Amino acid sequence: MHIGIDVGGTNTDAALMEGARTLVGIKHSTTEDVTSGIVQAISGLRAEHHFEGAEITAVMIGTTHFINALVQAKRLAPTAALRLGLPATKALPPLVDWPEELKGAIQARSYLAHGGYEFDGRPISPIDPEELRAHAEDMRANGIRSVAISSVFSPVNHDLEVEAARIIGEVLGDDVAISLSHEVGRIGLLERENATVINAALRELAAEIVDGLTAAVRAEGIDAPIFLSQNDGTLMDESFVRRYPVATFASGPTNSMRGAALTSGLSTCAVIDVGGTTADVGLLINGFPRETANEVKVAGVRTNFRMPDVLSLGIGGGSIVNEATAEVGPESVGYRITTDALVFGGDTLTATDIAVAAGRANIGDVSKVAHLDPAFVQRVLDRIAERISDAVDRMRTSPDPIQVVAVGGGSVLLPDTLPLFGTVLKPENYAVANAIGASIAQVGGEIDKVYSIDPGQREQTIIDVRAEAVEKAVAAGAKPSTVSIIDFDEVPIPYLPGNATRIRVKAVGDLDMEG
Amino acid sequence: MSWTIKLEDIDDLARGSALLGTGGGGDPYIGGLLAKEALRRHGDVTVVSLDEVPDDAVIACISMLGAPTVMVEKLPSLDEIMSPVQELSEHYGRPITHLMCIEVGGVNSTIPIAAAAAMNLPLLDADGMGRAFPELQMVLPTLYGVSASPLAYADEKGNIGVLRTINNAWGERIIRVAAVEMGCSIMLSAFQMNGVMARKALVPDSLTLCAALGRSIVEARVAKTDPVDGLVETLGGRSLFGGKVVDVERATTAGFARGRATIIEGDSTFTLSFQNEHLMAELNGVVLTTTPDLIMVLDFESGEPITTEGLRYGQRVRVISAPADERWHSPAAIEMVGPRYFGYDTEPTRFDGSVRAGVPIADSDGIA
Repeated sequence: MHIGIDVGGTNTDAALMEGARTLVGIKHSTTEDVTSGIVQAISGLRAEHHFEGAEITAVMIGTTHFINALVQAKRLAPTAALRLGLPATKALPPLVDWPEELKGAIQARSYLAHGGYEFDGRPISPIDPEELRAHAEDMRANGIRSVAISSVFSPVNHDLEVEAARIIGEVLGDDVAISLSHEVGRIGLLERENATVINAALRELAAEIVDGLTAAVRAEGIDAPIFLSQNDGTLMDESFVRRYPVATFASGPTNSMRGAALTSGLSTCAVIDVGGTTADVGLLINGFPRETANEVKVAGVRTNFRMPDVLSLGIGGGSIVNEATAEVGPESVGYRITTDALVFGGDTLTATDIAVAAGRANIGDVSKVAHLDPAFVQRVLDRIAERISDAVDRMRTSPDPIQVVAVGGGSVLLPDTLPLFGTVLKPENYAVANAIGASIAQVGGEIDKVYSIDPGQREQTIIDVRAEAVEKAVAAGAKPSTVSIIDFDEVPIPYLPGNATRIRVKAVGDLDMEG
Repeated sequence: MSWTIKLEDIDDLARGSALLGTGGGGDPYIGGLLAKEALRRHGDVTVVSLDEVPDDAVIACISMLGAPTVMVEKLPSLDEIMSPVQELSEHYGRPITHLMCIEVGGVNSTIPIAAAAAMNLPLLDADGMGRAFPELQMVLPTLYGVSASPLAYADEKGNIGVLRTINNAWGERIIRVAAVEMGCSIMLSAFQMNGVMARKALVPDSLTLCAALGRSIVEARVAKTDPVDGLVETLGGRSLFGGKVVDVERATTAGFARGRATIIEGDSTFTLSFQNEHLMAELNGVVLTTTPDLIMVLDFESGEPITTEGLRYGQRVRVISAPADERWHSPAAIEMVGPRYFGYDTEPTRFDGSVRAGVPIADSDGIA
């Protein structure tokens, strides 16, 4: 058996799993200190389905902790951003477009040094160890405790990032954490560097949180390894989280989507997760969320790390309904739903009231919505269905038919069939889909590089790149026999002769729970 | 009238130039940041209209040449932007007095702003195209016999070259090879001319237009009015189509990204053909507009311009066309940038769907 836990801003959901089967799922309020919520969630599971600590083989946790810490600019380490690329890139130094407040919160220092590569892997300039040591001395003098190192075209060749880390590490010692950009993001220097700096700023907190999570699980008598889920739906072990907390940032929607896939039995489908304030629409392809191709702003900073492509609509259970236009949201009563909605004796017409009036949900006092005109109620529901249907249509990548799965507490707002898409599946355990999603143990490896492909060499290049991604997944802990390529993308680069092509490959396999 | 580019104008300018880039021109974000950094460090830039520029001015362009995809990784430095201009000055033995944009499109509208700020030089409110095209020789000055060479080019490492070619098409061939060797993103200063020639050969008021277009997109969004209507009116163009992208095919041939996008609405099928820039628009197989007139693709709701690289399935888009500078329709220009040059076997079709031959440049001189 294993346990999946999703620690959200409002609820901590947990699921006890036997393989892909959900034995029991529970919802619990998230506690201020998080760990006691986890302890309570685990004992809640145990109360419904008894297990011994030794029977649990793994605990998978999805958490919004790190992104919340960043957004609130709390408990961030004094951080340095070091970029290798001189004489290139000088006009736009690290942190160039950051909000001042966040720069202040991480007591940011920015450094430029020689190094970096061209698109085809030739060096721009060699690194200068003396220059790096001088920067490191300055970091020490300024109380820097975490360093983000980026290098031009490090997705093509990351040797210099590794070498610079060694030199900086020699000066600053083991107490200073170092994050490398090629481990974090993709091509697009500023965005990759930004994500790396964010990661660096969270490293001290990561150690604390991982210690806390581990203690909470161990307190329940469970000795099994603990994993955290990443933005792309794969897992990382504790030591990886300590080094790359940024990879947990968008695990919330990812976990919901993955859970929806498992409980519905579909690996390629559109998922609608309806909560209190928003409906998030995403696309699962071969069991994994499609990732966004665009830059994503996090706490006002442009980044390009791996995030699920999610379209959020302001439609949820708490959305306020306009009585004149029959339009829903984006304003929501949020957590005040239990006092403000009509069915709870309040005076705000919410989407939940509409669901109750239509007989789709049985919450609160039905008589409080008896006065609503059935034609109006239908108009509101039709409008919701239309907007959701339109959002799903925007998300899909081809006109081929696609199944739609709905999860989350607010999914009662959705009809049983949607225009364009037909039946909407509402699987069992839909309310804890995110915890179930967190529990699905898979690990992955990704390659994203620019290749200059010689005539006739395309096939061989692709075979080599795919093999490299598989190796990376195995190195991350995947059982070799289960690894497969789940994503392949080849984009020719304009204005470059010699068929320069950017290739992205992702391999994923089951977590080797023995290892 | 001269005016000043300030920090807060850059976003509008970058957005407007992304629009006039007709799908090409690279990442407006990086170009915008670069201009902002330069203005922050060196102060505002004075923009001078063509009728104010002195007859004996020494004008040259500064632009980026290479792969935008490389530029988002190997960001430029201001030294790299200044050095080819300085090199050209040395070559002439006299200082460059004014900078200009070779095209209004993507990064090549914002890089000259950065250079003008860093070098404290005035920038012309004009450019060599009134839009964006992919090759060096594809500028109106070529039609007036202005030589691109001597042209100076530089990389960020400090390598600099000065090149003399027998014509501008040769300039393109040679510089493209050099650009790859130098890391695929280089800076170029060329097309030196005086004020008299600039008045003849350039497209006037293009930066003013860029800023106005960018501003109108934002203003429409704030006022919740249709951003496209305002653009069509400002550009004197027409709205071609609105619908959903259902297919995008791409292939790289000879270093250029060619492709076709299919957009549908109801029973109508609209096809966009592009090669870095959008070059031909067809509705149900009938050609609506081709290069050299402008074809622009915008996000259906926000009105944000969409680059050819950014086109993907499922997007709701609007497509509009607008007239290019009339001189682009002269026979010599059509030979250089018309649909047949890019491999589309069709008549050059104007923004309004008509097929009208233009007059030769020598005769059209007066309209400049």
